[in-house]
Amino acid sequence: MYCVARQQADGIELALHGEWRAATFGAIQAELAVLLPAGARRLRIDATGARFDLSGAWLLHDYLAAAAAAGAQAEFTGAPPPPLALIGRTLSDGQVERSADAAGQTVWLDPAVAVEGLGRIAVGVWRLIESLLEFLGRVSFAFGRASTHLRRWRPTSIARHVYDTGITAIPIVALIAFLIAVILAYMGAQQLRKFGADIYVVDLVTVGVLRELGVLLTAIIVAGRSGSAFAAEIGAMRLNEEVDALRAIGVDPIEVLVLPRVIGLVIALPLLTVIADAIGLAGGGLLCHTLLGMPMAQFLNRADEAIASTTFWVGLIKAPVFALLIALSGTWCGLRVRGSSRDLGRLTTLAVVQAIFFVIFADALFAVLFMELDI
Amino acid sequence: MAAIVEVRGLVNGFGRQIVHRDLGMSVEEGEVFGIVGGSGSGKSVLLRTILGLQRPRAGTVLLGGRDITRMSNAELRSVKAGYGVTFQHGALFTSLTVLQNVQLPMIEHLQLPRRALDELALLKLRLVGLGPDAAGKYPAQLSGGMVKRAALARALALDPRLLFLDEPTSGLDPIGAQAFDELVVYLQRELQLTVVMITHDLDTLFGTCTRVGVLVEGRMVTDTMAGIVHNPQPWIHAYFQGQRALRRGDQHGA
Repeated sequence: MYCVARQQADGIELALHGEWRAATFGAIQAELAVLLPAGARRLRIDATGARFDLSGAWLLHDYLAAAAAAGAQAEFTGAPPPPLALIGRTLSDGQVERSADAAGQTVWLDPAVAVEGLGRIAVGVWRLIESLLEFLGRVSFAFGRASTHLRRWRPTSIARHVYDTGITAIPIVALIAFLIAVILAYMGAQQLRKFGADIYVVDLVTVGVLRELGVLLTAIIVAGRSGSAFAAEIGAMRLNEEVDALRAIGVDPIEVLVLPRVIGLVIALPLLTVIADAIGLAGGGLLCHTLLGMPMAQFLNRADEAIASTTFWVGLIKAPVFALLIALSGTWCGLRVRGSSRDLGRLTTLAVVQAIFFVIFADALFAVLFMELDI
Repeated sequence: MAAIVEVRGLVNGFGRQIVHRDLGMSVEEGEVFGIVGGSGSGKSVLLRTILGLQRPRAGTVLLGGRDITRMSNAELRSVKAGYGVTFQHGALFTSLTVLQNVQLPMIEHLQLPRRALDELALLKLRLVGLGPDAAGKYPAQLSGGMVKRAALARALALDPRLLFLDEPTSGLDPIGAQAFDELVVYLQRELQLTVVMITHDLDTLFGTCTRVGVLVEGRMVTDTMAGIVHNPQPWIHAYFQGQRALRRGDQHGA
C-alpha cells in the first residue's frame, strides 16, 4: 500500500507510504486511480511517511491537479515532499502540457494538403535532378582540371582504391565466376544433349562468360562491396564534418574524395573482369572435361572457333562504364548524407540499389547497341 | 555517510601498457566529485570501468555497495538503471527526437502509460531548461549547449541518484558553461544527487566540485578543492598553480 485513505467529515485524509519512485510508478498510479476525491471538499495529505523521486512526485502532482479540477482543496498536514515544489517551480515557468499532441497531426484527406504534398514531392525530385547535374558537372570539372595538372591525380589515393576495390575483391569475384561457369555449362549440357549438340556447350560458356556474365556479375559484386563502402566512407566523413573541414582548408572534396575513387574503380573493374573471364573459362573447360568427357584439347579448339575476335573486347569495354556508374552512384549518395546516422544507412542502401540498377540498364543499352552495330 | 561509488585496487591496461595500477577512489553520497588528469591518463577508461562498460584486469568497483566487476550482464542491467550518464559529445541518438531520446530509457526500464511518458519527459526537459519546441527537434538541429542539456535530461530519465558527467562543459562558451555548472549544482541540490564528473574546466571544478581526484601515474590523489591546490606533486602543482589556474583560483577564493 502506497496510500491509505481515511474518510472524514469534510473530506479525505491520505497517508502516503513507501517508495514513490519511477520503478513503482505503475502500482502507485493504480492505487491513486481509485482514490479520486468525488465530492470531497477537503483533502489532507500526510506525505512524511513516503520518499519521493521526481517521477513519484509527478504522480502526486498529477493527482493534486485532478483533485483541484474536481473542486477539492488539498493541504499537507506535514511537510510536502521536496521534489513536488521543484515540479511546481519548473512547470510554472510556462505551459508544458500542450505541445506533445499538437505536433504530427496532418489531415491527409484535405485537398489542399494533398496538393501541397504533391508539390513538395515534385520540388524534391527537381532538386534531386539539380543536385545530380551539379555533382556530375563538378566531377567533370575536377577531372578536367586534374588532367592538366599531374600533381592533382593523387596516385597514392588511387592506388589505395585500386587495392581496396580490386585486389581484395579477387577471391570472391573468382569464386562467383567459377560457379556461374559451372551453372552455365551444367544447364547447357542438360538441354543441348537432347539435340546431340553437346559440343555447343563450349559456345554457350565461352560467349556467355566473355560477353555478358563475366563483366556483369563482377560489376554487381563490386557495386555491393565498393559502392556501399564509398557511400558509407564519405557519408561518415560528412557526419563528422570532415568534408566541411576539407572545404574550409580550401581543398575540393570532389577532387580528393570522388576522383580517386572513380579513377581507382575504373582501373580495378576491367582488371577484375579479365580475372573473372579467365576463371570462368577455366571453370567451363573443367566442367566440360568432367561432365561431358570432352578432352581439354577439343574444348580449346571449339572455344577458339566460337569466340570471334571481338567477343572478349565487347565484354571488357563495358567494365569501365559500369565502374563509372558504380563509383559515381556511391560517392554521390555519400555526399548527400546529412544529419543523422539513419540517413547514412538509407543512402548507403540507395547507393548499392541504384548502382546495380544503372549497371543492368547500361548493359541492356550495350546489348541493343552491339546488335545494331552487328558485333 | 556511505560510499556510493567505491573503487579498490583497480588495474587496467591495453597490451603491455598499464593505465591504472592499484587505483582507489571513494565517492560519498551527496558529493560532487571531479576527476582530473592529463590526456591519456585513463580518465575515460576509469569512467567506462565504473559504468560497467569494460571489465578491469583486477580490482573491485562497488556501486551502492555491490561489486559490478563480478556481475552477470543481467545483474548489470539493473545497476545501469540506477545511474545516469552524459557522454562527452552528447551521444544523443540521431534518428530520434530529443523527446524520444529522453523517453528511450523509460520505455526500456519502466512500464509507463503514454501520457505519463510524454509529460515526464517534457518535465525533465523543462528541468534542464529546454522547452517543448526543442522536444520535437532532432539532435542535428540543436546547438552545442542544447545537446549537452538534452543529454543531461536523458541521464535524468530514470530519476537516478547517481550521475556521471563526462566533460559536461567542453565545447561550450564560458557563459553557457557557467549556466550549465549552475544547472548541475541546482539539480544536485534539488534532487539530492551524487555527481561524478570528468572535467578539464577549472571554473567547473572550483564552482561545482566538493572534492577532486587527480589521476597521476595510474593512481588517484584525492583531496578537497582547497587542499589539492597545495599538493606538491609536480603535475598537480602545474595543473592548479599554472597561470590559468591561478587567475581562476583567485576569483573563486580557493
